[in-house]
Amino acid sequence: MTDVVIIGGGVVGCMIARELSRFDLSVVLLEKEEDVASGTSKANSAVIHAGYDAKPGTLKAQLNIRGNALFDKICDELDVPFKRIGSLVVAVKEDDVKELEKLLEQGKANGVSPLKIISKEELFELEPNINSKACAALYAPTAGIINPFELTVALAENAAQNGVTIRFNSPVVDVKACDDGMMMVKTPHETFHSPFVINAAGLFADEISQMAGAEAYTITPRKGEYLIFDKRCSDMINMVIFPTPTKFSKGILVCPTIDGNFFIGPNSNDIEDKHDTGVTSEGIDEIIRGARRLVPGLPLENVITSFAGLRAVSNTNDFIIEASRKVKGFINVGGIQSPGLSSAPAIAEMVIEILQEEGLTLKEKNNFNSRRNRIYPFRELNDEERKKLIRHNPAYGHVICRCETVTEGEIVDAIRRPVGARSLDGIKRRTRAGLGRCQGGFCSPRVIKILSRELGISPLKVTKCGQGSEILKGRTKDFIDSDGDFNES
Amino acid sequence: MRVRELVIIGGGPAGLSAAVEAKKLGVEDVLIIDRESEPGGILKQCIHTGFGLHVFKEELTGPEYAERFIAEAQERGIEIMLDTMVIELTDDRRILAVNSRDGLVELKARAVILAMGCRERTRGAINIPGFRPSGIFTAGTAQYFINIEGYMPGKEVVILGSGDVGLIMARHLTLEGAKVKCVAEIMPYSNGLTRNIVQCLQDFNIPLLLNHTVVNIHGKKRVEGVTIAEVDLNRKPRMETARYVSCDTLLLSVGLIPENELSRMAKVQIDEVTGGPVVDQSMQTTIEGIFACGNVLHVHDVVDLVTIEARVAARGAADFLKQKKKRIRPATVPVIPGEGLRYVLPQRIDLDGALEETQNFFMRSVKPMDRGRLLIQSDRGVVMSKNLKFIRPSEMISIKVKREILQQNNCLKISLCEGSENGD
Repeated sequence: MTDVVIIGGGVVGCMIARELSRFDLSVVLLEKEEDVASGTSKANSAVIHAGYDAKPGTLKAQLNIRGNALFDKICDELDVPFKRIGSLVVAVKEDDVKELEKLLEQGKANGVSPLKIISKEELFELEPNINSKACAALYAPTAGIINPFELTVALAENAAQNGVTIRFNSPVVDVKACDDGMMMVKTPHETFHSPFVINAAGLFADEISQMAGAEAYTITPRKGEYLIFDKRCSDMINMVIFPTPTKFSKGILVCPTIDGNFFIGPNSNDIEDKHDTGVTSEGIDEIIRGARRLVPGLPLENVITSFAGLRAVSNTNDFIIEASRKVKGFINVGGIQSPGLSSAPAIAEMVIEILQEEGLTLKEKNNFNSRRNRIYPFRELNDEERKKLIRHNPAYGHVICRCETVTEGEIVDAIRRPVGARSLDGIKRRTRAGLGRCQGGFCSPRVIKILSRELGISPLKVTKCGQGSEILKGRTKDFIDSDGDFNES
Repeated sequence: MRVRELVIIGGGPAGLSAAVEAKKLGVEDVLIIDRESEPGGILKQCIHTGFGLHVFKEELTGPEYAERFIAEAQERGIEIMLDTMVIELTDDRRILAVNSRDGLVELKARAVILAMGCRERTRGAINIPGFRPSGIFTAGTAQYFINIEGYMPGKEVVILGSGDVGLIMARHLTLEGAKVKCVAEIMPYSNGLTRNIVQCLQDFNIPLLLNHTVVNIHGKKRVEGVTIAEVDLNRKPRMETARYVSCDTLLLSVGLIPENELSRMAKVQIDEVTGGPVVDQSMQTTIEGIFACGNVLHVHDVVDLVTIEARVAARGAADFLKQKKKRIRPATVPVIPGEGLRYVLPQRIDLDGALEETQNFFMRSVKPMDRGRLLIQSDRGVVMSKNLKFIRPSEMISIKVKREILQQNNCLKISLCEGSENGD
């Protein structure tokens, strides 16, 4: 029997799974895609916010503050890079300064510390490339940056090491309360019976809640588009830089990534299609215009790629984290938009408390292993470590991705470890192979070969991101007509 | 740390040609480092013909062209370290490389020739909106899949950009049974060689849509189609002309970028227009003892010119290695592109260095012209001029300038005016 079924393998679902793996429980996590972090968790600003944005008294405010504080320990245990580089909310006109003061008060009420307004001079000292019209900034040293898919993968790996079962390509097609007080969760391949179901389905949480007959709410996808710059330009900025916020959004930011690039974005547009992660030319223009207000000298010729992510915005505009009053054992964790990533550790704690209140008995395992090791990042090691690693395993001497200096050893490890990569995107998220300036032009044929070899499948079956996204269409000569002619126009 | 005389980074056409020439000129210890398991660089996958017309006076395929140099390199005992990636280069010519056999390889080179070639511009660099499904390839990656691995990247293909690799792939995919629906080019002219437009598109009835670009990519898992539209004079899409073209693959042939990450590490000055190092007539970069040739320096349209340039770099390196004492920073004459030209190479002349009786300059025009007049000016006015016909940005212009002209002037500007003077 299963004790808890978690629906959704984003950062929230994986964080909950890892927390539950501390206890003597049978836990199953169902993910509709072929990998974790395939939705909102892979395409967001990757900022661990300090916590001054949300209105005091909201779940967002409370969980952001608590979540932010938990990141050092989690990232230490899971060997996930995390840097508290600090954030700045920049006022570019005098009126904005009033807004900064309001934010400062709100931050203090939420318990953000330290937090202060700095002068123009201090600001330029910290960020020399900022708009010369900037007149002050709100400085929050506790804000940090992280790689959200590396975090999610690490959580999933650690949960799996501690006994959580993770099923991919498993969309929930039915979930309902049964007569025996249990819940039934059905995927195309399997049916699970469990007293508790956690709905962490992100953009689709409203549909799952409705399917279960639980409380009705709506999730609206709010698109945000981004542009990423070459690592060559990493000295443009040092901190997470926000404009003074508006009623609708924290605004378009200019922000370093933990891996040494920087990005601009996101804009904020409500859309209808929950699958529409397409980038638009209007959107790109919008984020460039917005980001230029903060950093006028953007090196646009060094953009390496664009992407869009969808925030899961609930109609309550706050997180919805509660046990259903209608369906016993069904727990909603919905509307996890920003600051969802920052709050994730605290959301998991809260869900554990709710489970206990709902009658789940928690007995700590004596063999829980809180630690997980990162794939050895060849590019970050010193020469002695590199020599040792190659002596131990020569595959670490074979560079596959030239832009990010990723070796075959790292790619093989990414495939073989628990919750291993099964696709090009899976490799990309775990190792950075293909995320550099050539965007996989050089390494993708080589990675396909390694995936094919390690998984024992034909290169024709290797995908970008799961079934339907196969990369190659056939062998050469397969498409030539039987008469040997090519297709005439 | 082992000291080597001449280390060449990259074993493609530039590196191989330079290695052979350096050996001929008496450099005894020549080492090529290449990241792949066979030398030849991009030529390995260029199985079409059209190589060698200048250098060998015959028409070869890419692998054949490479093979001539590989064979000669072997005969002359040139060491080629394969499967080895150079990960660091310093301005005092220390090299850190890595492979599976030796682990980390640390070398000190008395001279270095950069021959790392170039990479393709990607979708990100040109910001095409839409989804990010599988089925979007750069033309060179598609060529690698077909010619090296034996796999077809797609069956119904739209090609964006009319660079030479894209044109060659249009023909090749067609011969392999795929349907190439069109080649869209945002500019009013193609960026490929005229012979490729004729032999790869016209001969196969593949439409070349000038002033067109891809404005959207459809398909969430795999490309299902693209929207293409005409562009106006400012290259902005005119959305009223947008139309959907179904396809499972989008090939990008939107430009090549010299691969100078190592050059930057070694503090070599990069020309923002060529994307490659600033060099003098011996192909020496701004860092003493570091030379560059081939597509790492500027993108060439034919490989034969790469070989010719590599030989110049090899001579430069050989001369440098023979030098008895370190030279004081020499006087240089800058050569700058004026109106009508994107760039001129070499960018400067070292007056203390070896100067042939005539010096070759290579340049590219900013736009196509039926007739044009190339003017070389110094602060004293026009010192030389030449009429040219059928000028295309895709076809490199070369001009020979007499040694005296270089020696007698402090600065030279080369420009290209449309039209020609009477009579020519």
